[in-house]
Amino acid sequence: MPDQLIFAMEVTLNGLMTGVMYALVALGFVLIFKASGIFNYAQGVMALFAAMTLVGIQQGRVPFSHLINEIFGTDVHYFGWEVPALAAIALTVVVMIGFAWLVQRFVFRHLVGQEPIILFMATIGLAYFLEGVSDLMWGSEIRNLDVGLPQGINDVIDTTTFEIFGYGFFIDNLDISAAIIAAVLVTGLIAFAQYTKQGRAMRAVADDHQAALSVGIKLNYVWVLVWSLAGIVALVAGIMWGSKSGVQFSLSLIALKALPVLMLGGFTSIPGAIVGGLIIGVGEALFEFAVGPMIGGATENWFAYVLALIFLVFRPQGLFGEKIIERV
Amino acid sequence: MNERAVPLSPTDGYVTADGRQIGPVVMEMKHITLRFGGVEAIKDISFDVREGEIRAIIGPNGAGKSSMLNVISGFYHPQEGEVWYKGSQRPPMKPYQVARQGIARTFQNIALFEGMTVLDNIMTGRLNHMNASFLDQAFWWGKAQREEVANREKAEEIIDFLEIQNIRKTPVGRLPYGLKKRVELARALVAEPQILLLDEPMAGMNVEEKEDMSRFVLDVNDEFGTTIVLIEHDMGVVMDLSDRVVVMDYGKKIGDGTPDEVRANQEVIDAYLGVAHD
Repeated sequence: MPDQLIFAMEVTLNGLMTGVMYALVALGFVLIFKASGIFNYAQGVMALFAAMTLVGIQQGRVPFSHLINEIFGTDVHYFGWEVPALAAIALTVVVMIGFAWLVQRFVFRHLVGQEPIILFMATIGLAYFLEGVSDLMWGSEIRNLDVGLPQGINDVIDTTTFEIFGYGFFIDNLDISAAIIAAVLVTGLIAFAQYTKQGRAMRAVADDHQAALSVGIKLNYVWVLVWSLAGIVALVAGIMWGSKSGVQFSLSLIALKALPVLMLGGFTSIPGAIVGGLIIGVGEALFEFAVGPMIGGATENWFAYVLALIFLVFRPQGLFGEKIIERV
Repeated sequence: MNERAVPLSPTDGYVTADGRQIGPVVMEMKHITLRFGGVEAIKDISFDVREGEIRAIIGPNGAGKSSMLNVISGFYHPQEGEVWYKGSQRPPMKPYQVARQGIARTFQNIALFEGMTVLDNIMTGRLNHMNASFLDQAFWWGKAQREEVANREKAEEIIDFLEIQNIRKTPVGRLPYGLKKRVELARALVAEPQILLLDEPMAGMNVEEKEDMSRFVLDVNDEFGTTIVLIEHDMGVVMDLSDRVVVMDYGKKIGDGTPDEVRANQEVIDAYLGVAHD
């Protein structure tokens, strides 16, 4: 088999893995959008905040330590203990649920029945607010995140491919775990949204606030639920991306990568988010591999957006999105 | 005519001319006043609703009828007055709490879940009849499964009752107006309410659709014994349908009684024929 083809296969596989990571972020958007009709601009920042909080708790950092030291003239940074990874994750989930409650209490409770665009604007404000809070709470240095996920080259794939092609593929264990976790998460979320009372209530609230109230749904409760779920999805995405490239401000920018994924897959479809993520992951890897060297490389930076633009022209609702039909 | 007379005592029942049993007073509005800023939408209105009756609230546009219904269903909170339900005064309640007390409603401008199918819409009306634990539901175990089957049966019963079997799987957004109204009624009914509030159930309908809807309202009352409070401004429809009528004009109550009494009321005639207000 020609070398080029084998390389292309490896690139494709790696692209698929990156695609899963994109899909993970996009999922957070789709989930909130389907469940509350809100396009949550803050999803990326939530992932950053969740990862920051996780690292902070794990390392036993004192939250708001800069602020405390500044005001009281003290010099505290650490509590002096370390929290095991699983306990830290559980605590972070609690923090995200608390955050969801605050969001509901101070933002969305006051916006019942408003236009989607108003709710969207509120999430932009929320994004900047949370960005500031996470800075103030945990500082802005780059942190290493290690929750014990396997890292490094997967030996099984390496040796098998070496036996077959005479060339070992480099696939990161972290990517493989991301794919597995994403699959579990998606299955769980779909089961939740489709089959539980809470899921049905979520879909009802997304569709019409007034009607939801009239059938006895408690809006505030559903909102806390939706934002808690979004927080948990953000935490998962934060853990994955944080383990891969460190917890830092640019983590919140991966949310931007989710936009082309959503345009491809459609804003309302969970399978769409996954397929969209995979297409973009593979597409940009292969494009960089095949065309990149001819035009000076770094095509990953823009390929996804151009692809999304082409989709917007020919299929604005995305691959799996609901076609918008207006009755006139 | 004697048996048709409405008794004065709130605890007595009576039998209507067509043989329906009407019970004692189940809900009472006492001196309700509702203001929006400086505008008084409802001015000191009192009336009662008896168990099993069809009670209409009529009046010209802007009379405050919908506001009254919104007060009952907890969407508006009056500045003054008391709502009594089943013998005790009701504290200010959120709409979802009212719904959980067994008071279901429909809206003048139809509030359905447009993206869901007819069946899914109707099933949301059963949300308060689902008690299985969250995990049972996610994995479709034991109690959750039994509940879902029971809820589906109830939904199908209502679908049959309102003759919407053929659109069961259709997304509501695609339905014509008249059918949407019927789906909304179905969603309210499936909750098995004690009191059903209908906000202009026949608005915007043609004659045939109006006749259908009137028949359904009567059948619901007859079959399930549901107490119905309805708003309407088509006088003809109201008079045929209801046992007692409250007439509102400019936020005030100008008449209350059987359709015959109301028809003979000079103030009501003036309001409808458009005598100038001072």
